[in-house]
Parts: sequence; structure tokens; C-alpha cells
Amino acid sequence: MSNLPFDPLLLAIAIPLAVAVAIACGLPKRWSIRLAYVGFAAPALMALHTWFYFAGQTQVHGYAYLTNYSTGLDGIDGLGISLKLGLNGISLPLFVLAGLVGLAAGLYAIQSTAERLKIYLMLLLVMQAGLMGVFASVDVVFFYLFHELALIPTFIMIGIWGGRDRSYAAMKVTIYLTAGAMLSLIGLIALYVKSGAPSFDLITLRQIIAARPLGETVQNNIFALLMFGFGILVSLWPLHTWAPLGYGQAPSSAAMLHAGVLKKFGLYGLIQIALPLLPHGAAHWSHTLAALAAVGNVLIVGFITMAQRDLKQVIGYSSVMHMGYAFLGIACYSVLGAGGVVLLMVAHGLSVALLFLLATSIFHRTHTFELTEMGGLAQKTPVLAAFFVAATFASIGLPGFANFWGELTIFVALWQFSHCLTVIAVSGVVISAVYGLRAAAKVFFGPPTEAFARVAAQHPPSDLSWREKIPALILLAALLFIGFWPKSLSTPLDATLRAVYAAPAAVSGK
Amino acid sequence: MDIASLQTLAANNDWLAIMPELLLGCIALALLALEIILPAKLHSRLPAVALLGVLALLVFQLLGFTAGFVESESFNGLLVHSREGQVMRVFFLLAALLVGVIGTISLAKQKLPHTEFYHILLVVTAAMMLLVQSNHFVMLFVALETVTIGLYILVSYFRSSPLTLEAGLKHLIMGALSSSILLFGIVLLYGVAGNPELTGHTASAMNLDSLHAFLAANRHNFLASVGIVLVLSGVAFKIAAFPFQIWVPDVYQGAPTPVTAFLAVASKGAGFLVLLVLARTFSPYAWLLAPVLTLMAAATLLFGSLGALTQHNVKRLMGLSGVSHAGFLLMGVVAAGTQSMAIGAIYFYLFAYLLASFAVFGVMALVAGPDDADQEISHYAGLAKDRPFLALVLAIGLGSLAGIPPLAGFMGKLFIFIAAFKAGLYGLLTVAIIGVVISIYYYFSWIRAAVFSSSTLPDGDATARPALTPVSFTVGLVLGLLAFGTVLLGLYQGVLGQWLNTR
Repeated sequence: MSNLPFDPLLLAIAIPLAVAVAIACGLPKRWSIRLAYVGFAAPALMALHTWFYFAGQTQVHGYAYLTNYSTGLDGIDGLGISLKLGLNGISLPLFVLAGLVGLAAGLYAIQSTAERLKIYLMLLLVMQAGLMGVFASVDVVFFYLFHELALIPTFIMIGIWGGRDRSYAAMKVTIYLTAGAMLSLIGLIALYVKSGAPSFDLITLRQIIAARPLGETVQNNIFALLMFGFGILVSLWPLHTWAPLGYGQAPSSAAMLHAGVLKKFGLYGLIQIALPLLPHGAAHWSHTLAALAAVGNVLIVGFITMAQRDLKQVIGYSSVMHMGYAFLGIACYSVLGAGGVVLLMVAHGLSVALLFLLATSIFHRTHTFELTEMGGLAQKTPVLAAFFVAATFASIGLPGFANFWGELTIFVALWQFSHCLTVIAVSGVVISAVYGLRAAAKVFFGPPTEAFARVAAQHPPSDLSWREKIPALILLAALLFIGFWPKSLSTPLDATLRAVYAAPAAVSGK
Repeated sequence: MDIASLQTLAANNDWLAIMPELLLGCIALALLALEIILPAKLHSRLPAVALLGVLALLVFQLLGFTAGFVESESFNGLLVHSREGQVMRVFFLLAALLVGVIGTISLAKQKLPHTEFYHILLVVTAAMMLLVQSNHFVMLFVALETVTIGLYILVSYFRSSPLTLEAGLKHLIMGALSSSILLFGIVLLYGVAGNPELTGHTASAMNLDSLHAFLAANRHNFLASVGIVLVLSGVAFKIAAFPFQIWVPDVYQGAPTPVTAFLAVASKGAGFLVLLVLARTFSPYAWLLAPVLTLMAAATLLFGSLGALTQHNVKRLMGLSGVSHAGFLLMGVVAAGTQSMAIGAIYFYLFAYLLASFAVFGVMALVAGPDDADQEISHYAGLAKDRPFLALVLAIGLGSLAGIPPLAGFMGKLFIFIAAFKAGLYGLLTVAIIGVVISIYYYFSWIRAAVFSSSTLPDGDATARPALTPVSFTVGLVLGLLAFGTVLLGLYQGVLGQWLNTR
């Protein structure tokens, strides 16, 4: 069954979208929920299927499952925009990530007690479709378009189901992310126009630019647009302030999908598009990027994270901090660095989604996110405690979890780039251990605080139910699986990275 | 002039070529006649007659009723029938149809005669269709004046409201001023081009082709450049470009909602078509056109976005955000000087803008109370709870106007950006990006009011909102189609895209 009679990539996008449309058309609630299971499970199954059979697929121009659907703009002298779907070694891990996190977030949303559950599920399904589309698109315009398709529901979900400051948060997130998206859009248009390519699809762009590299100034300017545009989307310091605020206010499933998957769009864009096509630009900006990431994201945000008193803020800031490692890996500009970033993206996506999920489950038991008002929850809910501690270990980067491989690879690559930055980056691990373990200790261990004892007396906390456990298990299992067998992802990744990065490396003389 | 030459001239009058415009005029006259003939109780059917007539013409136009005349001249060079003209005919017929539908909602809330509204609407539409096909300054000016005078009446149609009267007066004064500026520019150009001392002087300087030839022979004539700037200023008033946009907020607020929509979409579309034709005619003066239009585009973009930021009245908001859309389109016009794909991009943008704007104006007409000028953003609070369908249409329309993928407005902006980038307009692009980000803010606050906030205040009272008009089947169908079209055009550019491609 390695060859399905249909296109798994298209289905992974179309099924959630179709379910969302069906719900929007006024399906009764019971059927909406049943269909939503299908809508969330289908992309995950498709993703696992493509992962399992990836090695055996025939590859065209380095892409497996390559198909092309016309939207009427791909004529001979047209703009060359068409819905082109395919997976290469870089997009495959993220496609799998999107499927798994989407399934977990969907299952967690279905069991939640959100008001207007139907609309909530509908928006999540639209987001899921967009996410699958982002990583399956070979065409740059659709890559961007699917990103926005996934982004809009985030704004709406923060605005409707968010916490106290939801209006302000929704507005701030919208403006920041729109600004970032517009900058990167201009960068992508610049790439298309300056390369003189007849088409927006990456394969053609790569071929044209390999034959005729862009001038140095042009590369530097375009890379700056992409770096800061994508940088805002990935919360590059000092443009990160939307992230903790937005994640603090967002409902759990939206935060899981955004922090876990959608945020990786920017990094993915840099690795898949910017680095291979603009080697000079990357070299020119690498020191600025590395310095911002190491000092800003890792150190400064690391210290800010340590000072947080709110569990969701800790997770929000920690995800900003971990993006610093990813930027460092990109700044290295090597196959090793980029590979490490992809692994870290997958690992971080799984672990941060797990943390947001568990944080919400903790909130349902403590009725607060304030760390100072919790304590001793482990006696009442040992399973929840075990999950949270495991997720914290993963996030710190302990061996056995996927994060370890990502960080280790980046550090090795970084050592070749700059010794000093490596020292800073590694010291960041200590920082993340401090706040991670401290948060876990404050929530679960020690004697219960007075405030928590009061809450616990009113609503005796019960341990994780199966409906909460299953999504958590999916994420934890994936973390451990990749942690113990990273080769399952790194083999196709390595092959693609070598092929894609070979041509520009020769040009830039590295 | 002898009989024989008159006969040859008359032989050039291809009445069939302007059949759609003639039929529109006939329907308009028939409406007035029917009102006299028919008994009073049947008068309420007349709008339907008008709309069905426009619909029939639209279908004929889409079926290629007048396709045989494409790429030909008629009426001795007064008119040129181009593919662009064919497409814009569809644009104006569509706009007239939608204005008519919105008109049925808004007029029902007023005690005013209905038939005249449709009569003027059809005449103005016919004039717009002639305007975009004119190839001669006399034709252009007459058509433009027919449009403008019709709009004077339409703007002040709700004559019992003081704000409407104020709008009508402002529109009249500013419109007359701009017409005279335009006319002065035309006369200057005519005089210069007819000067026998200059090389390439021509007796028929009103004809745009011969004017083009004259300008190409005299590339740095001072008087001609003054004339060009004056003509551009006259057109800038129609498209509400900086610094001739000052009338927009008041007139948009005071005018009846369907007329506001007509001004915002059809009048602006006609203005841009004229601008494109003129830019082609004046192309030898690119040294003058490019900087003037670039400055105009940048200032228009910024003024529109910043002005819209502080508005609470949705009609003023639509007016000022429309100014910033004019800025985007002007960017396309500047790019069209060197990139032919920009022309296609402008058409696509106009169609996307038409669909989205009418979706929004349709919802506005339904939400509006008896006082048409009083439409605040706060009236939209809780719309999603009370009327989820209207809130969805509104969100799609505003999202498309803001340029959010995967809606049509995004593709429009994308094409304009690509064209601008190809033309190397980096400064304008920077301004445009700022404009987009600001526009997200004000469109989003509107969506936020409709979707996120509830219609009850914290103390339990309902907000002072006029009662919502019930949605009839036709109106619901039209709004649904507009929203669907906006989404569809964002994902599949199909027919329109093919047309862009072949340019």
C-alpha cells in the first residue's frame, strides 16, 4: 500500500477544510464532533503514511508525492502560480509534526468545555488545513497563503476564547504578525522578480538561481527582508513581545497549534528558501542574527523567563528562548546546523504543545496560573505530575527526548561558527533547567500553599482523565520515538539538505 | 460640409457597437414612462424591472454580445472598443446591479420616490461605460459630466437629512471645481497641440491618438505639461487621490449607503480606467507623470490609512479606507508605465474590491437604521450572535479589503506588489506595507466589534442599535454570492486570471 490511489497531501489539506465547511453549514453538534475526529485524524494518518513510505517513493527534483493543480495563473507567460504539493526531507518532519500536534490539539479541544464548541472546532480545523498546506506547498505563494489561512483563526480564537486581556492581545498579535508576514511577502516577491524566474515554485527558483546567482547587494537586501519578516513571526528578539502575551491569552489548543507548529513557518522559510537561495545574504547577516539570538533570545529572554510568576508566561517565554537556538543553527549556515534546526523544530513543537496542554489541565485543577499559589499537586495527581516533569525534561533537552538531538547538533555546528556563542548558548541550557525545574517543583511538590488548599477543598482535583491523557500520550510518544531513533527523520533530512545546500556552498566558497 | 462627407461620417456611426449603453438608456426612459402609465400599486415593481434589465444586459455582455466590435473604432474615433472596455462594461453593469439591490434595502427605510433613483443609476452607468471607451477629449468630458451630474443628484437623494444635503452641496462644489480644472487642462492641451509653430501640431488635438503623437514630438513643452497636470488633477478628484480627497469623508457619510457604494466602487473604477487611458496618452511625458503619480500614490496611501484610523462612523471609515485603496491602485498605475502586467493587476484589484466592498456595503445597509448617516462601529456589537450570516459576510468582505489570504483582495494586492517590484518602486512598496499594517488595525477593530463584543453592556442594557432589517431571499443570495466569489477568486483565479495572463 505504498502508493495510495489518491494524493495524501491534498487530502490532508482538504479533509479538515471540508469538515470545517460542513460544520459552518450548520451540522448538529453531535455530528460536528464526530466529523471533527475525522478532520483531525486524517491529516495525522496521511502524515504518518507519507513518513513511513517516504524512502520508497520516487523523487522528482528532490520531492516525493509531487503533484500540480492549476489555479489559472500558470500559463506560458503567466505569473507561474499554481498549487504544487510535494515533500522533501526538510518538509517531511514538519509535515509529520503538524499532523501529530494537530491531532493532539484537536482531541484536547473536543474534550474541552469551551463555549461555542462548534465554532472553536471549525476554526481549529481551518488552522489545521492551513498548517498541512504550509509544509506541503512547493509553490512559494501557496506556502505564504496557507500560513495566513492558519494565522487568521489564531487571531479570532484569541479574541473570542482568550483570557482577561484578549482584546489587547488579539490586536497586538495581529499587527505584529501581519507586519512580519508583509515583510516576508515582499522578500519573497523580490526573490521571484530579481531571479527572473517564470514561476513561483521552489524547484524552478532553485534551478534558475543555481544557474544565475543573484548579485551580492540584492542578496543582502532580500535576506534582510526575509530574516526580519520571518524573524517577527518566530519571535526574534527584540520583536518577540507578542509571543508571551499572545500565548498567555490564547485558548490551549490554539496556543498548541501556534507555538507548536505555525511559528515554525518562519524558520522553515529561512531553511527551505532563504539560506539555499541567498548564500551571500546569509553569510552577510549571520553575525547579526547570531548575536541577536544568543544575547537576546537565549540570555535576556532566559533571565526574563526565570522571573515569571505565571505558568503560561513561563512556557510562552521559554518557547521564545528556544527559538534562539534555532536562529543560532540557521546562522551557522551549514548542513549540520540546518539539520539541527529542523530536528529542534520538531522536538520543540511537540514539547511546547505538550506543555501548553498540561498547563491548561493544571489550571482546571488549581484555578490559577500563579506559581506562587500552587504546590503539592503531585500528591493528588501523580500522572499529571509525571507527564509535566517528562515534558519539562524534554524541553530542557535531556537525552532520550528529541530535543536533545536538536540542541546537540546545533551546538556542534555552532562550535565551528563561533566558540564564544557556543558558550553562551550552552549556558542557556542551565537557565532553562533552572526555570523549568523550578516551575515543576512549585506546581507539584512541596507543601500545598494556603490558596491552593482552599481551591482543593472546594474542587478536589482528580487525576488526568483518559480524554486528556490520549493527546498528551501522542505527543510524549512522538518525543521519545524521535529521541531514541532520530535517524527516522535525519536520513531523508540529510539527503535533502546535502542536495539543496551543495550548490550554494560551492558558490559562497564554504 | 457637403452631403457626401456627412454620409461617410455617418457610415462610421456603429450604433450596434454601443448597444448595451443604448439599451440601458432605453430601460431608464422606460422606467419613467412606466411610472406614468402604470397604476400606483404596481410602482413598487419598477425597481425589479430595472434590475432584471441590467441583469439581462450583463448576461448578454458576458455571452459576447458585442465581441465583434473589439479592436475597432466607431463614431469617427470618438470611441475605441477594446478588450478592457468589454471587461469594464461587465464591471459597471455588475456594480449597477448590486447598487440597485442595496438600494432596495435603503430606499425601503425612506419615504421617497424610488423610480427616479433607478433611472439616474442606469443613466450614470451607461455614461460610465461610454467614458471608459472614449478616445476623444470631447467624448470623455461629456461622459464624465453625465456621470458627475447624475451623482450630484444621487448623493443628495435622501433630501430630508441635513447631513445628506451637506454632502450634496460639498460634492457639487468640489465636483464643479474639479470639472473646471479638467476642462482648463484639456483646453490648454488643445491650444498647445494646435499651435502651428510647433512640430507635429495637429488640427484634431482632442483625439487622444493625435495628441499622443504631438506629445511624442514635443517632449518638454511647458504649457503641455501644465495641461497634463491639470487634467490629472481633475481625474484625481474622481478617484479621491491626495490632495483632492478632502471631500470624501463628509460626502461618503452623508450620501445614501447604495450611492456611497456606487461612488466607492464604480466611480472610482471609472476614474482609474480614465487614468490608465490618459497615462498611455501622456506617456511621452513620463518624466513628469512618474514623479507626480508616485508622490500622489504615496500621499494617498498614507492619508487614507491614517485618516481611517480614528473613524467611528463606518461610512467615513469606508470612505477613507477607499482612499488608501486608491493609493494601491495608483501604485499599479505608476507601475503600468513600465510593466504591462500592472494593467491586468489593476483590473483584478478592481474586481476583488468590487466584490468585497459590495458585501460590506450590503451588510451596512441592513444594519443601518432610519437615519442613514448614523452608522457607528458600536452598532455592530454582537452582530455575530444575532445574525451569524451577516457577520460572516462582513468578516469576509473586510478581510478581503484588508488583503488577508486566501481572499481575493490578497491576490489583488499581491499582483500589484509584484508589478510594483518589477517596476522598481521600492519606496512606494515601503509606504504600501505600512499602509497594509495600519489597515489591518482599523478593519480588524470593525470585525472585532461585530464578532467579539456582545450586544449587551456590562449593566445588562442592550446597546443603542437600530433594529436589524430582515434579510430577504434575494439579498441573502446576493450577499452569499459576493462572499463566495471573494473566497473563490482568492483560491482560483480562473477566468480572470487567464485574462490577466494573456495581457
